Amino acid sequence: MSVVIIGNGIAGSTAARSIRRHSNAEIIMISEETEYPFSRTALMYIFMGHMKWDHTLLFEKSFWKKNKIQLIHAKVNRIDTSTSCITLSGGENLSYDQLIIATGSNPVIPEQHWIALRGVQCLYHRADLIQLEARAQCGIRHAVIAGGGLIGIELAEMLHSRGIPTTFLVRENSYWGNVLPEEESFMISRHIRSMGIDLKTEEEIDRVEGLTDVQAVITKKGEKINCDFVGITMGVHPQKKLAVEAGIECNIGILVDEYLRTSDEKIFAIGDCAELRRPAQGRRAVEAVWFCGRTMGTIAAANICGQRKQYKQGIWFNAAKFFNIEYHVYGYVPVRDDTTESLFWMDDAGIRSIRLVYDKQSCKILGFNLMGIRYRHELCEFWIENQTNLREVVTHLPLANFDPEFSDSFEIEILQKYNQQFNDQAFLLADRRLDDVAKYIRQKQMQ
Amino acid sequence: MNEPTLALVNPEYHGLSRIADRAAWALIISGMGIVLIYWLGNYQTYSVLTFLLSMVLITTGALWLYLLRYRRIPAGIQNNGIWHDGFTSRGIAGWILSLVLTGFYIILYWFPHVIGYGENGNSGLVKLFDPLSYFLKGSRASQWFVYGVLYTWTILLMGVRFIIKYRHVKYQQWRTLSVIFFQVIFAFLLPEELTSLNLPFNDFKNIWPLNYYFFFSWHIDEMILHGTFGYFVLFWGIICVVVLTPVLTYFFGKRWYCSWVCGCGGLAETAGDPFRHLSSSTLRSWKVERWLIHFILIWVVLMTVMVLFTGWTGRAEFLFLNSYKLSQWYGFLIGSAFSGVIGVGFYPLMGSRVWCRFGCPMAAILGVWQRKASRFRITSNGGQCISCGNCSTYCEMGIDVKSYAQKGQDIVRASCVGCGICSAVCPRGVLRLENASVDIHQRGEIIRHNKI
Ligand SMILES: Cc1cc2nc3c(=O)[nH]c(=O)nc-3n(C[C@H](O)[C@H](O)[C@H](O)COP(=O)(O)OP(=O)(O)OC[C@H]3O[C@@H](n4cnc5c(N)ncnc54)[C@H](O)[C@@H]3O)c2cc1C
Ligand code: SF4
Repeated sequence: MSVVIIGNGIAGSTAARSIRRHSNAEIIMISEETEYPFSRTALMYIFMGHMKWDHTLLFEKSFWKKNKIQLIHAKVNRIDTSTSCITLSGGENLSYDQLIIATGSNPVIPEQHWIALRGVQCLYHRADLIQLEARAQCGIRHAVIAGGGLIGIELAEMLHSRGIPTTFLVRENSYWGNVLPEEESFMISRHIRSMGIDLKTEEEIDRVEGLTDVQAVITKKGEKINCDFVGITMGVHPQKKLAVEAGIECNIGILVDEYLRTSDEKIFAIGDCAELRRPAQGRRAVEAVWFCGRTMGTIAAANICGQRKQYKQGIWFNAAKFFNIEYHVYGYVPVRDDTTESLFWMDDAGIRSIRLVYDKQSCKILGFNLMGIRYRHELCEFWIENQTNLREVVTHLPLANFDPEFSDSFEIEILQKYNQQFNDQAFLLADRRLDDVAKYIRQKQMQ
Repeated sequence: MNEPTLALVNPEYHGLSRIADRAAWALIISGMGIVLIYWLGNYQTYSVLTFLLSMVLITTGALWLYLLRYRRIPAGIQNNGIWHDGFTSRGIAGWILSLVLTGFYIILYWFPHVIGYGENGNSGLVKLFDPLSYFLKGSRASQWFVYGVLYTWTILLMGVRFIIKYRHVKYQQWRTLSVIFFQVIFAFLLPEELTSLNLPFNDFKNIWPLNYYFFFSWHIDEMILHGTFGYFVLFWGIICVVVLTPVLTYFFGKRWYCSWVCGCGGLAETAGDPFRHLSSSTLRSWKVERWLIHFILIWVVLMTVMVLFTGWTGRAEFLFLNSYKLSQWYGFLIGSAFSGVIGVGFYPLMGSRVWCRFGCPMAAILGVWQRKASRFRITSNGGQCISCGNCSTYCEMGIDVKSYAQKGQDIVRASCVGCGICSAVCPRGVLRLENASVDIHQRGEIIRHNKI
């Protein structure tokens, strides 16, 4: 059997690795970006001088050869489903028994002619980083970042690390206000400003001005911001061009069923480019995040190797870092939802917070939102999955803490909030030890 | 309207701080200048004033510099530009520093007269330290005293820097306070105090086989000569090897020694911190590491057995082994050349733990305990790892932490010294140092059991 994988991002690489674990099929992985798979999420750290390019490789270079996974550095121009064949940019044809499309995303660019100007760019591929580095070497006097998602703030941090004055335009009235609850969103907005970033809220890019090089950005409110660099970070959309041209059914992304199979039964689609036909309730059909790509990779591999495994979206989690504030989320944390309520605590400095979201009626825990504090994935998931009562969670909260030893603890503060809110006299019943976590989960299962 | 709120932007780039920075550097350089002039001028009398002045200038300069630098930057990971700066990325500055350090060690071990140590009286650099030596123990300085002072002082200054740098991670602060404490009290003041009381020099935390001469007959004889105190030293030394090491390592992992107590570790963690990311984390270097460190462990054990054998039987030869040759070469190659010259001299080229990783037999023993019988592990937080590679890059022991974390595995590696920096630099909060008896597989079992 020969398996061809288009795209060597986390989705493609994981699929290749997992197929090799179950089978000795011929595996060929193709990417136009780099020969060796690397971590896209680490791009910022190369620019900031934390790491060199080689540090970001997913595995040592020898890994792929050792595992007999053939890597091809080329663009795939065409998929021919009738002959089960793909065409590479060099004109070479490769036939496949099973094909995995893992082409990832492309950045959203509202007006293509913007990026024709020198100094205007996105941040997604390796080439973008090289372009940014070249621009920064020439000296950037003022930068504007348009679009306030996760990549936008990473770009802000990158520019900030080189001392480049930066204006950051976000559409909501605070940073990531469409995802974070208000308190957290304002906390991060304050933090961004405290870094010296000129954060402009409820403001959007309208157009860019310049002849060969960008000279200014005009915002929707009509303000003109002189600048010699513009970062467009307005989100990403699935890279589905190949699939569309091959006649595979697509919508926003490449449509896949529970087994991650596309409308062509020999072809799977995974990672950022895949769109679930039937997403779980309350979840999106395209989830362009790292862990989804990784999970999909293992599921597609299992299906290719003859096991029938469904992709389940499971309980949502993610993490990020906003300058110096780490962010963890587990489960359901809405911006606003009248059927839920939350216990919220923030420290005096406004750089740490804990939010427990629960169902208003049943008091069952629904989600955790953490700023500047780390929580244990396995326990949070366990609590949410088992619809644990808020009181149980609050009294055992130290078990969930994942901060380094000797860190300050804030469990008692949350408990006090709980006692106030519910007029209760609950007290803490647990410590921070890992052994206790295991014991606790085991005990709960016995019951 | 044209230049939007530029006044707000980038508060840390103040011209004023640059001037203050320069002033701090001026203090450090003038302190070093005084040392140099004194050294090269070869003055025959010692001068309390010169000594104090140079020390105070360098210390204030350095502390002021850190305070300035880190007061401008909010608490958080400070790795910006590490790989852009030649000093910290094997550039020309790094090579020069490495040469200087290596040269210093060569002089110290084999040509101490160059820094002014004389059989009949000091001059130059060693003489500069005479006042402190007289003050502490009533006799003149030796090259080893100078080394001890510089070593301790470096740990102290760079330790303060480290504490400020990681002011947002309490684990790092406690750990650094601990190595400073053990260096100042146990490695420096106490031994000097002992000599001034006419007792034998002894560092109570220097455990065999790091202290490879512990079982040498001259050492045992010297201890026995000193009666109760000597017997206590021998007793304590053996307790450390057979009780303390396995028990503490069982509960806390080898970190209790390597990154909380040990002097070599102390220097690596403080002075070596700017270079920690230079440790190679390739599979090949891991292989070299395992061969080399276990080879040296076997050597030190053989040597010790042979030396004891010679002590009992009076015979130096056994089969093809000769106890004198074994220990002579060990002392030269491992005790001096490896642990000192390469161990510290190569900081700017191969990272801060060259000795601890490839050479130290104590680390090898602790490593065996850690892997076979210890509760210590680093756990990965579920699926949160994004494979960015910061943890592997900043691991001073060259462990490819990422390769475990991205699979959600626990990390149990013989070489891990538990410095906790992987956990600190991880941008997704994935890693935690823990002492626990359940590993990831058992925890996995528990959760899977639940799902059925
Ligand atoms: C700067 C940045 C930071 C991020 N940080 C996070 C984070 O912290 N957490 C998180 O969860 N997610 C993060 N993401 C999102 C995350 O990186 C993506 O979800 C993930 O990389 C998607 O993986 P993938 O394998 O689906 O696709 P990709 O990583 O995009 O890989 C697809 C590959 O396929 C190649 N390709 C496409 N078309 C072709 C073709 N026709 N022929 C050959 N090759 C082709 C592309 O060049 C690319 O190399 C970040 C993204 C960026 C850009
Ligand atoms: S630093 Fe954290 S996120 Fe990055 S590879 Fe290591 S464990 Fe994963």
